[in-house]
Amino acid sequence: MEVENLVKHFPIFSRGIVIKKKVGVIHAVDGINFSISKGKTFGLVGESGCGKTTTARTILNLDSPTSGSVYLDGNDVHKIFNSKNKKEILKLRRKMQYVFQDPYASLDPRMTVADIITEPFIIHGHIPKEKRLDRLYELLGLVGLEDYHAERYPHEFSGGQRQRICIARTLAVEPQLLIADEPVASLDVSIRAQILNLLQELQQKLKMTYLYISHDLSTVKHICHRVAVMYLGKIVEIADADELFDSPKHPYTQALLSAIPIPDPETKILRIVLSGEVPSPINPPLGCRFNPRCDKKKKNLCKETEPKLIDVGNGHLVACHEVRK
Amino acid sequence: MVKKILRIENLKTYFYTWAGIVRAVDGVDINVNEGETLGLVGESGSGKSVTALSIINIVPSPGKIVEGKIIYKGENLLEKTENDLQRIRGKEISYIFQDPATSLNPVFNVADQLMEVIRRHQNVTKTEALEKAIELFRLVEIPDPEIKIWNYPHQLSGGMKQRMAVARALSCQPNLLLADEPTTNLDVTIQAQILQLMKSLKQKLGMSMVLITHDMGVVADVADRITVLYAGRVCETADTKTIFYKPKHPYTIALLTAVPSLALRRDKLAVIPGTIPNLIDPPSGCRFHPRCGYAKSICTKKIPPLVEIEPEHFVACHRALEIDIKSPIGVEKTGR
Repeated sequence: MEVENLVKHFPIFSRGIVIKKKVGVIHAVDGINFSISKGKTFGLVGESGCGKTTTARTILNLDSPTSGSVYLDGNDVHKIFNSKNKKEILKLRRKMQYVFQDPYASLDPRMTVADIITEPFIIHGHIPKEKRLDRLYELLGLVGLEDYHAERYPHEFSGGQRQRICIARTLAVEPQLLIADEPVASLDVSIRAQILNLLQELQQKLKMTYLYISHDLSTVKHICHRVAVMYLGKIVEIADADELFDSPKHPYTQALLSAIPIPDPETKILRIVLSGEVPSPINPPLGCRFNPRCDKKKKNLCKETEPKLIDVGNGHLVACHEVRK
Repeated sequence: MVKKILRIENLKTYFYTWAGIVRAVDGVDINVNEGETLGLVGESGSGKSVTALSIINIVPSPGKIVEGKIIYKGENLLEKTENDLQRIRGKEISYIFQDPATSLNPVFNVADQLMEVIRRHQNVTKTEALEKAIELFRLVEIPDPEIKIWNYPHQLSGGMKQRMAVARALSCQPNLLLADEPTTNLDVTIQAQILQLMKSLKQKLGMSMVLITHDMGVVADVADRITVLYAGRVCETADTKTIFYKPKHPYTIALLTAVPSLALRRDKLAVIPGTIPNLIDPPSGCRFHPRCGYAKSICTKKIPPLVEIEPEHFVACHRALEIDIKSPIGVEKTGR
């Protein structure tokens, strides 16, 4: 999968009586590029409000992009979504699936687990009626649930089990790309490990590609092959997971990594505590977006020119004026 | 001998719901020494918050403190009248709630909410209270305190709200601060700011702190001693280094292994099988036994008592001395 120059701006309207007036735009995602190779996990990390979820939603056309394009196996995704060719759209939807953040809100409380998981079969019709039940039990087994769970309702399950149901539902259509938006954020530590292991096992078994979105860098390090760090709608650094965590180049990545508490009382790390907060995406700072909080900034260059993502070797891309020298 | 500022003995807080009695806290013993930070660790539903709420007796209905003693500075708080307690809450013992967004009143501005606490416990005029409030804002490093103090909570960001909550908790210079997951809802960079702030303020004001969290990373950084809770009971209490390097309770070890860590990369995360038990009908004997790899028949029958196996190292496990398990931390330590 490839994402090219993806932009998503949300308009803001002033409250008028008759006519709504557009007063500004939120630069949620502002021109990002990345590609994911088949069967790999790509991590998208950043603080809340940096545009991770918007990126994911825009890729799936849950929000249509302002500009830019997304290619899946060489096909322009949004061309198909805009073509109004329902058959093609349905075909495309089968290829890309989404696991939502909150397993408590993303399951219909009035449907049994069997209904939830077999609904995709009915919509896509890719499995003949007589085989649907077999496939249902197969899927339940795959995500580590028992057969008798099929007759139950979502409220009878714990958070971890619900997330398993969500994953089973997405697997029902045999997708190539799975977008997991903070799949473990609302779960307990001991349950988190179960779901992360499950995702890894499934990837090995089914050769799926993952886009894994999270603000939790330690789970990202655990599961991802390649990682992009986002800040205020822009990607500031992309690198292979080990490379990024061992030698982060961008000052923001460095600060982000040093801010994570390590569960080991004797490892004392030099903590870079950032001052201030993430600026508003309505009016992002000129030049490098990180410059108001950066301690390495040069007066003019960083405030005026926006740094481009540049390869510094080993497929490690950084957007910072200081790093290039 | 270190002085104990707070001693909780055999605390039992039950919730009487229509489905049955939820034994949220079932016989918890905790000590807090003067000037130290005690980390209270456990998963959701392990009774961390309920324990803290019980200390200042604000357990929400249908919850009730059934049994136990909470001895603060030699006096049992459970025998105090509501009037006495009101004088203690906010002044002697204060509380930082988990979610800064919902623990502030949206219809009052920040100044009013801070001044309310100050004027209630200190005999000061309105202008003096305002000055104190601004001083507190400066203490928690909020920029432009004179302007920001007139803001309403919705005008502040999450990090600012939590700073405001810290300021409110510190307004009367409490001796004991109960911080219930103070950084859980914040981003890591903001979390680092708040934790650093709390650490430096604790030293400046010389208070004791109970820090409730599920994040092993946070307690490793902040706490002096740690108590691990599971399903309403204490599993293990020891100083931070012992908990991390020489834990004895299987649950503590499982908790340490299950956390994905930046320092060490494993191919597969160790999993604690099963889920947290239902506290209406908790497992018999040791509550961890259905998920424990070391469980024996005695574990299913007898509740393990909290035993001091080394000085200041308490474990509630029948097999603590038999089983030899290594801590995942420290053994495969790699530098970063």
